[in-house]
Amino acid sequence: MPLQRRDLLLAGAGMAVAGAARAQPGPLRLGVLTDMSGPYRDLTGPSSFAGARQAAEEFSAATGMAVEVIVGDHQNRPDIGANIARQWFDRDGVEAVIDLPNSAVALAVSGIAREKNKVVLGSGVGSTVFTGAQCSPNSIQYTYDTYMLAKGTGDAMVRQGADTWYFITADYAFGHALQADTSHFIEAAGGKVLGAARYPFPATTDFSSFLLGAMATKPKVIGLANAGADLVNCIKQAREFGLLRQGVKLAALLMTVVDSISLGLPEAQGLLMTESFYWDLNDRTRAFSERVRGKLQGRVTTASCAGCYGATLHYLKAVKDLGPARARASGLEVVERMKAMPTDDDAFGPGTIRADGRKLTPGYLFQVKSPAESRGPFDVHKLVATTSAEAAARPLAEGGCPFIRS
Amino acid sequence: MDDIFGIPAPLLFGQLLLGLINGAFYAMMSLGLAVIFGLLNIINFTHGAQFMMGAFAAWMLLEWAGLNYWWALILVPIIIGFTGVVMERLMISRLYKLDHLYGLLLTFGLGLIIEGVFRNQFGSSGLPYRIPAELQGAWDLGFMFLPIYRGWVVIAALILCLTTWLLIEKTRLGAYLRAATENAPLVQAFGVNVPRMVTLTYGFGVALAAIGGVLAAPIYSVNPQMGTNLIIVVFAVVVIGGMGSILGSIITGFGLGIVEGLTKVFYPEASATVIFVIMAIVLLARPAGLFGRA
Amino acid sequence: MADSTTITANAIPAPAEEAHGIWGFSRAQFGALGVMLVFLAIAPFVLYPVFLMKLLCFALFACAFNLLIGYVGLLSFGHAAYFGMGGYLAGHAAKVWGATPELAIIIGGATAAALGAVAGWVAIRRQGIYFAMITLALAQMIYFVCVQAPFTGGEDGIQAIPRGSLLGVVSLDRDMAMYWLVAGIFILGFLMIHRIIHSPYGMVLKSIRENEPRATSLGYRTDDYKLLAFILSAGLAGVAGATKSLVFGIATLTDVHWSMSGEVVLMTLVGGLGTVFGPVIGAAVIVTMQNYLAELGAWVTVIQGVIFVICVLAFRRGIVGEIGNWLKVKL
Repeated sequence: MPLQRRDLLLAGAGMAVAGAARAQPGPLRLGVLTDMSGPYRDLTGPSSFAGARQAAEEFSAATGMAVEVIVGDHQNRPDIGANIARQWFDRDGVEAVIDLPNSAVALAVSGIAREKNKVVLGSGVGSTVFTGAQCSPNSIQYTYDTYMLAKGTGDAMVRQGADTWYFITADYAFGHALQADTSHFIEAAGGKVLGAARYPFPATTDFSSFLLGAMATKPKVIGLANAGADLVNCIKQAREFGLLRQGVKLAALLMTVVDSISLGLPEAQGLLMTESFYWDLNDRTRAFSERVRGKLQGRVTTASCAGCYGATLHYLKAVKDLGPARARASGLEVVERMKAMPTDDDAFGPGTIRADGRKLTPGYLFQVKSPAESRGPFDVHKLVATTSAEAAARPLAEGGCPFIRS
Repeated sequence: MDDIFGIPAPLLFGQLLLGLINGAFYAMMSLGLAVIFGLLNIINFTHGAQFMMGAFAAWMLLEWAGLNYWWALILVPIIIGFTGVVMERLMISRLYKLDHLYGLLLTFGLGLIIEGVFRNQFGSSGLPYRIPAELQGAWDLGFMFLPIYRGWVVIAALILCLTTWLLIEKTRLGAYLRAATENAPLVQAFGVNVPRMVTLTYGFGVALAAIGGVLAAPIYSVNPQMGTNLIIVVFAVVVIGGMGSILGSIITGFGLGIVEGLTKVFYPEASATVIFVIMAIVLLARPAGLFGRA
Repeated sequence: MADSTTITANAIPAPAEEAHGIWGFSRAQFGALGVMLVFLAIAPFVLYPVFLMKLLCFALFACAFNLLIGYVGLLSFGHAAYFGMGGYLAGHAAKVWGATPELAIIIGGATAAALGAVAGWVAIRRQGIYFAMITLALAQMIYFVCVQAPFTGGEDGIQAIPRGSLLGVVSLDRDMAMYWLVAGIFILGFLMIHRIIHSPYGMVLKSIRENEPRATSLGYRTDDYKLLAFILSAGLAGVAGATKSLVFGIATLTDVHWSMSGEVVLMTLVGGLGTVFGPVIGAAVIVTMQNYLAELGAWVTVIQGVIFVICVLAFRRGIVGEIGNWLKVKL
């Protein structure tokens, strides 16, 4: 019996050694570091991996350059994420780390990539700190940030007359940032914030008392500064308590197409949210979704999938432009080249990357369709308003990114 | 109307009522834990996963077999309770002679497995499940709108708790159970099949968790993590009530629901922590819990 | 409940060869120590140093935890609080106050020990499962403080903590330099725990584990002994957390969360409760799994669960305990 466990230990050691042996230069190696087993799995995880692989395949087919994409699960633990990233850079010859949902992991890996002069292509990461106070010249934030979500939803809704707000906010930095940014736009557009309740994250499942507290202030909109299961619970319970029938609107500040599908249209219809990608936006997004479909195993094309696709494709173009040898030598140079070249991909169309690493992308305000409007399981959103790419990004000067000032 | 501590009275009443409704869930869940602990001496950490399985089973019955909520309410406890029976026979029954720690660790591991398998199968973002048509709508209580479904949850929880309490305290079967807790070999000597009784008790505790899951499915997100957040709170409820005390877990469940509801009004950030503060205080003042025997 | 007063009763093979040998180590243990030291010296040239450093931090954490459960019979279900707080304080000291690494680690350890003194003073009045629950409750409160306090940075954590220079002289930015420091801290901590266990004080602790009323009747103030053990264990856990935060340059909420408390129980259980080398091996197995199963995606939790179940059902002595039993020596 003890033998078996020794074998297990040896096998573990063997894998570590094998990792060392793989370090010879071969194909350009990229690593998708994402959440494969936790709460963000459906938003990122396998679909992000699919997006990055799609970009690598298309690029390889077009140019003949060999690209390999591997995947790692950070399990939402910064130490595990940091360890994998370090090992990828030091031992496995990975040139760029992609995706990084979970801001603590993203910031940790961004620091490592800067130290090792490699590249981070953030897609699942939405914290504005990533291109703000803790920005890095080696990092790109491709898909979204909380500023875009706040502006796309807050500003647009106040303009449509929904001008008194109450927030239900997850008590963590991400929730606080969403609430603060949205409040800023509401007030700038002439609206008013009536109050907010911060609830313990992630230990809350019942939101009815917060909803009731919100109703006591008689707002026109209840802003939900949370995500995932908490958001779903809020929406289900708001409908149960008849809030929507009393004329209150719900604004989900971080909601994705996955949440709409998971809630089901009968529950979710009428909700408003901002995203930077939707598969049914135009011919190019539809074409991209069609191409990547085989890799998604029945999942919808998420914004993170599109972001990983776009970021990886643009990165590869920059690598080719520089020449692979120089690209391997300096991640910083690749990122600078990425910022100098205009982006263009089927998922997001033409665009640019700003000096602080933020990809400028329009914010689309979507409304969830009613069951009658929907023609298929993934046909859930319709476009209501668009915030232009320039307006959706926080002004460069406000970010406080240190290397921009110097 | 008047203000109480700066909060309008109707709002406060509303919050108290909501606290009571949440307390119903805590009571139901902790009841199952208490029954299992009382007889098996096992701290069932799988309880959260079994609650989640209950909710998923309701969804499966609806999606795959076309059976509605009411069928789920009957069938799910039987199905999930049966999985509990199998687990008890195959694994948990080997640990009775050992420290509680091992039971806790085993069930913790089983919980991880179940959660992981469900996440692989159904993803992490959750599945839709709607309130049955019969229970949609709300009552106007004057100070708040009470959804009919919430009222139903409280009634169902009260019926379940009361039935369980009567079953254990007032019936012959319950007397055997209680006797077996005190001295299993003696009860066995009287011709009672104690191992089978223990197995069924575990199945019963699990079934309670599964009913909780079915009741929760229409109002909470049905996802693989849904039990994990609950279990640690419910665990605290059982400890505060007194491990193994049936009545203690019921009363504490409702009571803590109310305390938590009030905390959500005055200091929402602390509403998850308040239960642990109470637990520490109670354990220091009354080591065996509020209703436990030392 | 009567037949389960001590948690480790079945994990300890017959204590045949106590108290002789070298530095309190039996001959077999001394041999194992030699193997471990050789491994520590060679490993960074073969395996990835950062991975090894992480492993050593967790190994020290598990050893500190084992001091409490293996030798005093107290299951703390909130040890992540001391591990995590050690990390936060060390990170804050190194980043904001500009402390040198050794000072940052001392600050982290001292904070954790102080917290342990308060928590221990409250918790040691209770035994068994109630002790576990109180430590859990206290840890949840510390977690709440960490979520709320501004200096911890919420879920972003403290980022970009500098490793600095040891004593202001030796730069630790190179992984190998850091590795030798971490290895040194680990060996010191490991030997210290061993020394504690084999001191007269440690003997009293074991007597408390075996039969507390008797120890009391012999005139020992058992509460004082238990409290000191709790403080030592918390302090060492804090040192482990502090070291880890310097290695990775980050201190985050995951290290304070109750699932981390569960993880250290798992490590110790897999390795062998109440064995000297068990926690080290247990930590190695779990950390290796987390790293190298990361490519398996959602199956990671399932595999962890399966290991839990197998250990509890079939190998309650843990890896080292089983090997020791097989070789008929105490490891």
